Amino acid sequence: MTVYKLRTPISEEDVRKLKVNDTIYVTGTIFTARDEAHHRALEFYKEGKDIPLDLQGLAVFHCGPIVKKKDEKWIIVAAGPTTSTRMDLFEDEFIKNFKVRVVIGKGGMGKKTTDAMKKYGAVYGAFTGGAAVLAAKAVKNVKSVEWHDLGMPEAMWVLNVEDFGPLTVAIDTYGNNLFEDVQKSVEEIRQKIYEKLSV
Amino acid sequence: MVDEKAIEDFTVKLLQLAVTELPKDVKAALQRAYCEEKSDAGKTQLKAILDNVNLAEKTRTPMCQDTGVIIFYVKAGTQVENLGKIENALHRATIRATREVPLRPNAVNPLTQKNSGDNTGRFLPFINWEVTSGDTLELTVFPKGGGSENVCALGMLRPGDGVKGLKKFVVDTLIKSGAKPCPPNILGVAVGGGADIAMKLAKKALLKPLDAPNPDPELEKLERELFEAANMTGIGPMGLGGTSTVLGVNIDYAHRHPASYPVAVAFQCWAARRASARIHKDGKVEYLTHKVV
Repeated sequence: MTVYKLRTPISEEDVRKLKVNDTIYVTGTIFTARDEAHHRALEFYKEGKDIPLDLQGLAVFHCGPIVKKKDEKWIIVAAGPTTSTRMDLFEDEFIKNFKVRVVIGKGGMGKKTTDAMKKYGAVYGAFTGGAAVLAAKAVKNVKSVEWHDLGMPEAMWVLNVEDFGPLTVAIDTYGNNLFEDVQKSVEEIRQKIYEKLSV
Repeated sequence: MVDEKAIEDFTVKLLQLAVTELPKDVKAALQRAYCEEKSDAGKTQLKAILDNVNLAEKTRTPMCQDTGVIIFYVKAGTQVENLGKIENALHRATIRATREVPLRPNAVNPLTQKNSGDNTGRFLPFINWEVTSGDTLELTVFPKGGGSENVCALGMLRPGDGVKGLKKFVVDTLIKSGAKPCPPNILGVAVGGGADIAMKLAKKALLKPLDAPNPDPELEKLERELFEAANMTGIGPMGLGGTSTVLGVNIDYAHRHPASYPVAVAFQCWAARRASARIHKDGKVEYLTHKVV
């Protein structure tokens, strides 16, 4: 296990060095996107419309934050990760089209996304689910909010962060998927549990 | 004399306490899990959880961005004054807490997909009423997150499957849930009643303190057995592998129809937020889950 500090824009070369179980901290620009923002970004791409910012080399954060406005400035109150599997629907296309290098979320992602990460060069960084205050602490300021019409959780919050993490690399560019490894070993132990419970 | 405004005020306080500070039994269970965890990834996750919990408490900010849908359990004595005004007070407290704490607006109309913006809507906040004798009012707030809710399961088993079937259903449901409900989890399990009764009891079982043994020795034994089985799975903190998959298993039951054997499994994430208080006739508030100075 190695600890890496990454700064955005992150290069393809940099993420291809990372392996599952490594710990990473991200400094620079990350943005939140859940189901609706993914959907809209891909629709815009299909229609040839510009999206609000260049996403290349950035980290996308699966998160619906709590945000409040103080003296005309947005402040992130809490910003833990949401369940990433919902974004499996979009993430392969999203990585391909927008060249994000780190996907931050919780719970891991499926084969389609793992394949896209291998092909186009991106990793999945697992952030502790619910650790919203730790995440908020790493956010230095809100750079902008895009697509606010989608509502507070679904909007795209563009954040300036410092040492955002710890993120456990759970999918790397070699096709390794830590969550799938755990699932496999859980499957292997299932029968033993049945026997112990005599069911 | 307890008036509507007093109930509203102390409900806002309870909501704030619930989302910013874990009850001590949950904190102790997380600490124990951290000490006993065998995997490195699991230990890193539990450390992040504990750091986050401490930081949330110190800064009085919600420990998780998903502050849940707001569920209340009200135990109201028949002699409590202003009984008819409690519902209104709880609604107003929810709206105020959403703005003041703040809580994330989580009440969405399932047909139009429109978010009400203040955590209220049709049947929300949800209020579970229990009428008792006497003149005290006991209120529990239970902000319930969505990630753990999405893996709750109901099995309409056959009576012939019996307790063995129940155990298998719980293990299968937990294995299927994997990393999704933000483990380590608390499992609420209930058997019997009917489909709705089992789920209601399972969900309510999530509120039982982790350090309180089950008064029913049979259930206590079953709880321990399932607790050990759950932690054998190796799912671990946040599903990254490890020995701490559940913090506790709480089981309840209701008598059943001869033809039915409903088993409900409710999940609670590590952020097991709940806060209770008793409000006496003279207006004195006694906090049951948190120390309030």
